[in-house]
Amino acid sequence: MTAELGFGVFAFLLVGFPALRVVTSRDLVRTVLWLAVTLLGTAVLFALLHAPFLAGVQVLTYVGGVVTLMVFGVMVTHKHDGTTVAIDGANRVRGALAALAFFGVVAFAIVRTDLSSLTPVETPSTQDLAMALLDRYLIAFEVASVLLLAAIISAVVLARRRDPLPEGAEPADGARLQEGSVP
Amino acid sequence: MTLRALLLVATALFSIGIYGLLTRRQAVALLLSIEVMANAANLVFVVFARYGGAPGHPLVLFALAITVAEVAVGLALVLVLYRRHGDTLLELASEAKG
Repeated sequence: MTAELGFGVFAFLLVGFPALRVVTSRDLVRTVLWLAVTLLGTAVLFALLHAPFLAGVQVLTYVGGVVTLMVFGVMVTHKHDGTTVAIDGANRVRGALAALAFFGVVAFAIVRTDLSSLTPVETPSTQDLAMALLDRYLIAFEVASVLLLAAIISAVVLARRRDPLPEGAEPADGARLQEGSVP
Repeated sequence: MTLRALLLVATALFSIGIYGLLTRRQAVALLLSIEVMANAANLVFVVFARYGGAPGHPLVLFALAITVAEVAVGLALVLVLYRRHGDTLLELASEAKG
């Protein structure tokens, strides 16, 4: 029981505290960097759960890809004049209530459920995973590649499109870029 | 048994994501909160692959691909919002209502 509690505290410090900083930090760049810490902590938990390949993929695609993309997104869309956005107080209380209610219900279910039949088993090796992906999950694998293609095309189309400004709206600073120019 | 502790941590992570989703006003921060929630779901997949042998690892790979696609499209939408209004606060996107 003590070991379980200790491990819970360790795991929470590893992923929960950085995640709390992600949702409370005012500065967007710091938010993104705390997200990177959260994702790295999850990769550590993956490795502890005998999923070394997934831990590597997590570091490569999330921390290497998504966080870099997010940093670019923040850099392109923010002015960095030191201003931070205040969070609405009433919204904060409502959000905390909703999150606590969700946590309460699910945690109650987890604590009450008998989990003793679930014992640690040997996880599939990277070789097994590759075989499963290209055999049993082949159709899902191909559909995922089509989805990624669609996402790439839609991202390019959205980012390059020139919308007419709404009636009476002043063009923003960033809106003066010419078609095809790099923002 | 650490299974229960891990499930509770994943639940806490998901709840933190919900809190961020409901309180943040910047579109990029919203995307980051969704990332936290997707991460919690992936953690549960991996936990049950280790405890009980559910085939969770391929599902995590597919979930990763879907999340990356979502981030790419989401950031493109944020860029459009910024071009139209000069900021990325979510109130500005109210014109997207039907």
